[in-house]
Amino acid sequence: MSGRDFLRRLPRTGFGLGRREALQQRLHIDFLLLILLLVLTAIGMSVLYSASGESMVTMRRQGIFFVIAYVAMFAVAQVPVHFMRRMAPWAYFGGIILLILVLVIGVGAKGAQRWLSLGAFRFQPSEIMKLAMPLMIAAYLSKRFLPPSLKHVFFTLVLIGFPTALIIDQPDLGTSILVATSGMVVLFFAGLRWGYIFLAIVAFVASLWPVWHFMMHDYQRQRVLTLLNPEADRLGAGWNIIQSKTAIGSGGLSGKGWLEGTQSRLDFLPEGHTDFIIAVMAEEFGLLGVLTLLGIYLLVIIRGMMIALNAQDSFGRLLAASITFTFFVYVFVNMGMVSGLLPVVGVPLPLISQGGTAIVTLMAGFGILMAIATERKRVMRPQKNK
Amino acid sequence: MSETQHFKDYHRETRIFWARLAVMSVLMLALMGVLVYRYHHLQVVQYQDYATQSDRNRIHVQPIPPTRGLIYDRNGLLLAENRPSYTLSVVRERAGDLEETLKYLQTLVEINANDLEKFYKLMHQRRRPFEPVPLRYNLTEEELASLAVNEFRLEGVEIDAQLVRHYPYGELFAHTVGYVGRISEAELTNFDEDQYRRYSGTHSIGKTGLERYYEDILLGEVGNQNVETNARGRVQRVLERIDPKPGGDLHLYLDVRMQQTAMAALAGRRGAVVAIEVKSGGVLAAVSTPSYDPNLFVTGISFADYRNLNESIDMPLYNRFIQGVYPPGSTIKPVVGLAGLDTGFTDARRTINDPGTFRLPNTEWVWRDWKRGGHGSRVDLKQAIAESCDTYFWDLGNRMGIDRLSEFGSHFGLGELTRIDIPNERRGVWPSREWKRTVRGQGWYPGDTINMSIGQGYVLTSPMQLAVMTATLAHRGVRIRPQMTERANGKFLAPIIEDRFDVAEAHWDAVFDGMAEVMHGTRGTARRAAQGAEYRMAGKSGTAQVVSIPQGAKYDSEALKERHRDHALFVAFAPLEDPQIAVSVILENAEGGSSQAGPVARIVMDAFLRGKYLLPEEPEAAPVARQPVPGPQTLARRMSDTDGVN
Repeated sequence: MSGRDFLRRLPRTGFGLGRREALQQRLHIDFLLLILLLVLTAIGMSVLYSASGESMVTMRRQGIFFVIAYVAMFAVAQVPVHFMRRMAPWAYFGGIILLILVLVIGVGAKGAQRWLSLGAFRFQPSEIMKLAMPLMIAAYLSKRFLPPSLKHVFFTLVLIGFPTALIIDQPDLGTSILVATSGMVVLFFAGLRWGYIFLAIVAFVASLWPVWHFMMHDYQRQRVLTLLNPEADRLGAGWNIIQSKTAIGSGGLSGKGWLEGTQSRLDFLPEGHTDFIIAVMAEEFGLLGVLTLLGIYLLVIIRGMMIALNAQDSFGRLLAASITFTFFVYVFVNMGMVSGLLPVVGVPLPLISQGGTAIVTLMAGFGILMAIATERKRVMRPQKNK
Repeated sequence: MSETQHFKDYHRETRIFWARLAVMSVLMLALMGVLVYRYHHLQVVQYQDYATQSDRNRIHVQPIPPTRGLIYDRNGLLLAENRPSYTLSVVRERAGDLEETLKYLQTLVEINANDLEKFYKLMHQRRRPFEPVPLRYNLTEEELASLAVNEFRLEGVEIDAQLVRHYPYGELFAHTVGYVGRISEAELTNFDEDQYRRYSGTHSIGKTGLERYYEDILLGEVGNQNVETNARGRVQRVLERIDPKPGGDLHLYLDVRMQQTAMAALAGRRGAVVAIEVKSGGVLAAVSTPSYDPNLFVTGISFADYRNLNESIDMPLYNRFIQGVYPPGSTIKPVVGLAGLDTGFTDARRTINDPGTFRLPNTEWVWRDWKRGGHGSRVDLKQAIAESCDTYFWDLGNRMGIDRLSEFGSHFGLGELTRIDIPNERRGVWPSREWKRTVRGQGWYPGDTINMSIGQGYVLTSPMQLAVMTATLAHRGVRIRPQMTERANGKFLAPIIEDRFDVAEAHWDAVFDGMAEVMHGTRGTARRAAQGAEYRMAGKSGTAQVVSIPQGAKYDSEALKERHRDHALFVAFAPLEDPQIAVSVILENAEGGSSQAGPVARIVMDAFLRGKYLLPEEPEAAPVARQPVPGPQTLARRMSDTDGVN
């Protein structure tokens, strides 16, 4: 019994409840995570400054979004975790209704219908789903006996599948991957049996053929084909990937220097300020810059996983793990696609790429993490009193 | 049960989570490792490839064309200059929809059918990739402004300030200075590696005349710059620059005033004039009329303009003074006479009886002198030259024989290229036994020598050759290569002596005497041309048949079409005592060598020796222009019925 208690307390071993932690608890802020996020914000703003061609308009826009995002993070962090759990179904079903609305009355660009317009303000309901999905799945599974039974796995898959399908239909492959992942990860951490996982992998591979032929849009297929052989269409679909690889590769070990990246600043690199911003960073700061950024991301992920480990119950644990892992997926998919490892799907580099709502959503997610991290330790206290 | 279950599950959930987190951590670290590997591969392993690729993306080498050398006349007047001109060009590879672009451009600047025709012609030629194709030259300020305002809409449209060749004197120097034109497809194909490099920034090349002959000097050396361009090909900045070396200038012997004088003296008639400075071989004037405006060719001539020039019956493109070869007629008699003196077949005192006909021994063929009844019973060399007595030279030529005549004549450059510094010269014919055998496949007949003795038969010379011959006479046997250019790229081009041969001074004097008598003697054929001269001169007229007249037929010049009339020739040098200038003149179908061509030679010599220029602005130019076309009485005076005329 005491051994199990030890196990549970392990992450906190060596730490008493000092003054700093008391402050964190009162403000519902995880200082370490906050510092890492601020560092990322600073890196992001400076890279964006270069990538946007020193555009102050872009900088101000992004700055405003960051302010909104940090406010959102602090606000979300104040919400009690059990309240989040109660609100999860409302958020989830509300999000589904909005997604359906997008398909009916949404507005879009470039052949995709992703936004809802509320007067002057436009937003993407799929962003809400990025948070609503892990909330819902974590809330659903944490009430069940874990590992989940087949029935619950099935219901979980339905809960994941429906909004994912709605988002794919917009079409927005990148977001749907992120939303589906955030749900699947909860299932995985909840203890989905390896047998199921193995079966799922087999089923996934088997489904590639029908997906390729019946479910993918031409432009998505084109992206995959371009990934496999970017040289085939140098000036067309292959242009982006060739130019981004050139930008990355020409950065070398230490880069060309800030504001000195020729690929991006001479407009050879398309989307340099949004999805392909890592290429700008790699060009200007080299491999060392990339490794530094990757290191900070890794620290954020480690911190997120520590929060998950310390969570008071299954809900917090699953939610924190899902948010953290989804963050990792952002990083991996983005850096993978820009460097030509993965097909180009629209996934931004978290906190670096330009883009308002994505940043707000991400920061709100970190707000949830902070709420979990600073939850009152209901279980620990009686033990301490003993 | 349910409570235990719950309690047990709580710890189990924790354990499962730990296990899953461990698996996930390994997976995440592995994937991060993949990313690190990937970026390391791109940025370190393949760094060189991508760095090169990136530079190739942004850095382009742009050639900077050198400024073409200028051409000055002997007094420093510009004959060929470079004028700044704004040119609108289209880069086909960047223009997108060409028709749309052209249509839009037409709303901004005036582009006529002629421009479009030239544009498409150039567009379909072989070009370097991304080479701009010019559409409009000489944009006005307003056109520049309206293009600049709409620049963002004009992808692939370029405006560059180019230097465009301009010939301020227009047709006056068309046949000497020549012109530059756009590099043609054929020329581009024949370029070797080095030429391809040297012309990388240059659009034009010398096509004719001095522009072509001195192309190497005039062109200069191309420079280049490495420029950084963005993805749309716009130049952002210059990284490195090697300046071009401008081409060398040419300073000519040619004189604008002499040229204008010669042109005025020709007064619109078809013909050519060449004047050579005796001591240097420098060409003072060389005109061929009618002429054309070389500026038409610089930016590409239109089909219509070219057809007009090319199909004109007057052949303005034809450079008469080096490409026009005519029988020299009597103008070579001084040389034949000198040959006779030098070889001893005659002397200054020897006389012949001239009954007006000449018959080769043992043949039926009869040659008739241009003067019916002959020149008298005691015709010596001086009189023979002065009155252009054919019989004297038939007799002399017949006795001397072809071989001596042929050998002697070649000392004067007859039948040889003068090697003047403009291209496309024709060599003419100064026949020999061997020439006739190889070219005609026939043996030499004594009759051929008879014809040759008075510059008929097979003999063909260009006005330039006649001028060289005359200068060689004047220089007493020193033949200097004619040159239009005195200094090229600041370097003096020393006169080149082609031939130097010795003939006794007395022989020269005898021939000069005869030639002076032509001008100044009471019976000299060209005495009217020398009237009122302030210096003594030597000359010889000539008439060249255009169509051959059958034996015995009467030659009625009035009845012949104008273009079948004889050509009038004249050669002269002056002053007699110390010759400075040698002139040759040909007037096509003008008939009287002395009466028509003689005055032209006189005007040119007066201009050089006495500064009596006929300049177009000045009223003095008028007399020649007003001089009436030869009237019937002039022609009547010269009627003749012989093969040989003066």
